[in-house]
Amino acid sequence: MKTVFRLTIFLSLFFGTTANCQSKMVSIKGGKYIPLYGRESLQVKISDFYMDVYPVTNDDFLQFVIKNPKWRKSMAKKIFADKNYLVSWKSDTALNSTQSLKAPVTNVSWFVAKEYCECQGKRLPTVDEWEYVAMANENTPDARKLKNYNEFILGWYEKPKTFNNEIGSTFKNYWGVYDLHGLVWEWTSDFNSVLITGESRSDVDKDNNLFCGSAALNATDLMNYAAFMRYAFRGSINANYNIRNLGFRCVKDKKG
Amino acid sequence: MKNLKKIIGQIGLMGITMLLFGSCNSTEKEKIIDPANIQVHGTMDAELTSPPMVPAPIGDRSAKKLIVKLEILEMEGEISNGVKYNYWTFGGSVPGSFIRTRVGDEVEFTLSNHPENKLPHNIDLHAVTGPGGGATSSFVAPGHEKTFSFKTLNPGLYVYHCATAPVGMHIANGMYGLILVEPEGGLPKVDKEYYIMQGDFYTKGENGDPGLQPFDMKKAVEEDADYVVFNGKVGALTGDNAITANVGETVRLYIGNGGPNLTSSFHVIGEIFDNVHIEGGSLINKNVQTTLIPAGGAVIVDFKVEVPGTFILVDHAIFRAFNKGALGMLKVSGEENKQLYSGVKQEGIYHPEGGTIQTMPNNTTAKPEVKLNKTLAEKMESGKQIYMKTCFACHQATGEGIANAFPPLAKSDYLNADVKRAIGIVLNGKTGEITVNGKNYNSIMTRQTLTDDEIADVLSYVYNSWGNNKTNVTPAMVTEVRNSK
Repeated sequence: MKTVFRLTIFLSLFFGTTANCQSKMVSIKGGKYIPLYGRESLQVKISDFYMDVYPVTNDDFLQFVIKNPKWRKSMAKKIFADKNYLVSWKSDTALNSTQSLKAPVTNVSWFVAKEYCECQGKRLPTVDEWEYVAMANENTPDARKLKNYNEFILGWYEKPKTFNNEIGSTFKNYWGVYDLHGLVWEWTSDFNSVLITGESRSDVDKDNNLFCGSAALNATDLMNYAAFMRYAFRGSINANYNIRNLGFRCVKDKKG
Repeated sequence: MKNLKKIIGQIGLMGITMLLFGSCNSTEKEKIIDPANIQVHGTMDAELTSPPMVPAPIGDRSAKKLIVKLEILEMEGEISNGVKYNYWTFGGSVPGSFIRTRVGDEVEFTLSNHPENKLPHNIDLHAVTGPGGGATSSFVAPGHEKTFSFKTLNPGLYVYHCATAPVGMHIANGMYGLILVEPEGGLPKVDKEYYIMQGDFYTKGENGDPGLQPFDMKKAVEEDADYVVFNGKVGALTGDNAITANVGETVRLYIGNGGPNLTSSFHVIGEIFDNVHIEGGSLINKNVQTTLIPAGGAVIVDFKVEVPGTFILVDHAIFRAFNKGALGMLKVSGEENKQLYSGVKQEGIYHPEGGTIQTMPNNTTAKPEVKLNKTLAEKMESGKQIYMKTCFACHQATGEGIANAFPPLAKSDYLNADVKRAIGIVLNGKTGEITVNGKNYNSIMTRQTLTDDEIADVLSYVYNSWGNNKTNVTPAMVTEVRNSK
């Protein structure tokens, strides 16, 4: 009896995800917040939007390249995806045996991530949108000052090979979104708009409204230094890069 | 009157000396070539070495285009017995690979960031004249590499380190190393050269807490180090890992301090540095006992080893050495020279301090929970950790002791004869003459502040190692001896 029940659940889940080409999204209620680089006067306003519950998986992406041959490993233009594009895949349409279908797709460039989302009538989130949703823990929309929230993020920075873990293996946050922390980094549409130079220390005296490095660098609280690494990471990449620990998910505007 | 003559004489001498120096300087000035104009001849790949080894000296080679390839690896390692730490490294070691150049070299530097690393990194070499010491040009994402080049203009020993935000965290995780720029013709020849670098580490748990210990930003900001170590871990330079030399040889040490926070008071117990390149530069001081190495600085010392024995390298801010790990060993072998050093002359000693933490009043910190009914294997593991922290300094890694000073624990007739006596010695200490394996020892052992459980573990470890009689000491046996007093 139990097995039959489990099977039903399994089958319904299976059909639920495959039958519905669109991955599951949840509604994010907009608001105002001060990002890492901001001051009181630099509050960011976020409008309501939908966000994918999970990062795009290897399986999702496999279906995408089957339908879109120009984004297959051997066909992708080098200016849009450097030679690390899908580097661990066995072939154009097959994963390596060590890769899980349910793991987030990584080694994908910004160009392909952008097009993937557009193909589904979606788009990549902005840095501000991504950070807005990612400041939630299980219970509160802004957990940035909580010690265990920050420790979880920092703990991930020190955990090797999380890119091959399956989606949903980290916590479900306040908005119902999984895996923003603890699995892989994620592309954002304007990843390079926050100006951080290679020389982090000189950012301290950058006269730059968008990026107030001094606020972050002088910080002694954990909140800023955990987030700072995400900004540093974004600052180090280019749109044609394909990185083992970098995946993506999509968002969609709310109409009206 | 006589004094007056003396004074006039001295003034005269000074004048002559000044004249001499003056002329010396002017002739030297003519010889100086602007290092920026030194021509390079040919290309070579740089030899890179992990600590404590150093690449071959440059000798009299001409300036070259020098190819340096350094890979960044984020990797788990062991910072102390049973304590794991996630290091970020240049070349897979802490400190990173040693780079050896000469003045006038054109270094083509490629920094690669391993694809499985999570974070971007860069490198600031203090030997570089240019913005950020190269940091601006080397900021590199995982799975990528960056190449830049620079000309070495100033001879000296320089620190390199990662300078990606948060800078302190990248350094605290081990991202530092040394680059040497030798003068034209190289440094004077010596017999042995070694590479050592001090660093302070900040872990969530206290010193010795087992398991994987994450970095603790709060402690780092407060400069409250749990570990202060040479070459990235406790014991990197002790026991079998000790550096070595033979009597009569000259030893040169390239010592850096990665920090991130603490300044090192570097000292070798039982040696005096013949020459010290102060702060790694060209100024040489002679006959130095302890030399300061600032965080982000380095020093070159050399000394001739005249007598055999084990010479202990320490940060002479001494609690760091005996309680946080800043301790290494130089083992010198060869013939004794009784004229230079007579050997041991024993006397009774006033109750001194021991190596472990002394009992403090009002010590309210809760002891870790004691696991009951441990298996012998568990006791051996815990016992070994306690041994390495508490007993190792005198009784040595394999219980061999130190001749004439500290009795052996290996195959020890004295130990095996009476387990209650052994427990009593750990509990209460021991002074006076004893005979172990036919040799007399007249030394002192302090009472150790260990719990009954810890004493049971460490003694079981000793009794079940090195050919002893395999007694399994229980906490109850220890309690019995403690109460019988």
